[in-house]
Amino acid sequence: MTLKHTVLHSTHIAAQARMVDFGGWDMPVNYGSQIEEHHTVRSDAGMFDVSHMRVVDITGDKVRDFLRYVLANNVDKLQIAGKALYSCMLRPNGGVIDDLIVYYFSEDFFRLVVNAGTADKDIEWLNAQNAEGQFGLVIEPRPDFALIAVQGPNARAKVWATFPFTQAPSEPLKPFNTARIEHDGGEWMVARTGYTGEDGFEIAVPATIAADVWTQLTANGVRPAGLGARDTLRLEAGMNLYGQDMDENINPLNAGLAWTVDLVSERDFIGKSALSQSAQLVGLVLLDKGVLRSHQTVETVHGEGETTSGTFSPTMQQSIAFARVPVGVEIGDTVQVIIRDKKLNAKVVKLPFVRNGKVLV
Amino acid sequence: MSVNQNLKYAASHEWVKVEADGTITVGISDHAQAALGDIVFLELPEAGREVEKEEAVAVVESVKAASDIYAPVAGTVLARNDAIADTPEDINNNPYDSWLFKIKPTDLADVDGLLTAEAYAANIGE
Repeated sequence: MTLKHTVLHSTHIAAQARMVDFGGWDMPVNYGSQIEEHHTVRSDAGMFDVSHMRVVDITGDKVRDFLRYVLANNVDKLQIAGKALYSCMLRPNGGVIDDLIVYYFSEDFFRLVVNAGTADKDIEWLNAQNAEGQFGLVIEPRPDFALIAVQGPNARAKVWATFPFTQAPSEPLKPFNTARIEHDGGEWMVARTGYTGEDGFEIAVPATIAADVWTQLTANGVRPAGLGARDTLRLEAGMNLYGQDMDENINPLNAGLAWTVDLVSERDFIGKSALSQSAQLVGLVLLDKGVLRSHQTVETVHGEGETTSGTFSPTMQQSIAFARVPVGVEIGDTVQVIIRDKKLNAKVVKLPFVRNGKVLV
Repeated sequence: MSVNQNLKYAASHEWVKVEADGTITVGISDHAQAALGDIVFLELPEAGREVEKEEAVAVVESVKAASDIYAPVAGTVLARNDAIADTPEDINNNPYDSWLFKIKPTDLADVDGLLTAEAYAANIGE
């Protein structure tokens, strides 16, 4: 099989990148040292060629209705032009077809950025739903865009120093917002999003100038970083990777993505009924005295659940547990755990309980 | 691990102090607290409860696990130590000063049947 190339392929080869087969794409895993690239992103600024990911534009009168139906997160959260939302797209059984970012520009124009390995099946799925629901939309993949993620505490400043015309439109952007910028007759999209746990931009530029953009960023001290560093960075930041942490057989509730699934609104979406019968893993902190253990019954207003692990937390000086509870139970709810025939109150919290010695709940 | 020579013991690791009035005070042995590890919670029997010999009447929870505590003899619970329930870690520090509950035995012969300090020490391989 021939591996696919991004428009930056020869740039990576010239930089003596170590290349690997990543889902059928010949991509840089590192440019010499994965560890140094990782540290550079945490301390300064690094950049990743993510042009194998696919921009998909959806236009038409009923885009919002369509996305309300095909996405598990609620696009009604997107009301201001340029706002972005992370969401899973599900099969009717609740399995994840893909996780993606949806950008809102106007009522007749939303943009998705989807994963490389899933792009073809995503587009096929979107087209099928479009036709079946008679939404009358145009779903247009945009391979004419190249994607470069510039990440790290100095990422934004270095982008602005390299491309001063991007500063005025992108400086006011809050995280998870984007600006579309016309430049030299082409479109740039500068989004304050990323996959490293650091500040930075994900930038879509016309594919024809991608190599030049990359070279200029390099000249201004942005270090090329490969997929190896991208993986360690995203893992540290607690971000899921499609194909590893979730796939078509894993639903988002089981993948720690309950926070991205809207089961509160009345809206129906593909996969919702399957998720409504599923369960989610949450944290419990015991409010009454006692110790939570595994396999204790948890009573909630949405039905029964069960603790899966429990102990006394020496850090928190309280008993804590993981529990599998019905969907509908929300962070902050009080539930009852049955311990030796007594009902004790516990608070539902988001995991983890403690990180870096700090109590998070 | 210490075995207090002035006490009697149940094979299930409770210590028993025989009071002058014939009632008994019950706690858990040094060996038991060490095996349980850091104790964080207690569930103690109510006064007035009738208990059978070797009936599970209390629970000691450590960070590791929950463990039942058994009545060494049949009788009536006279009192429970609410103070120790507030500071269960004291059991780890001073097991023989940390009583859990008191029982008025139904039959004093049951008390005589408990293990001596020597027999208990031999039981736990001390």
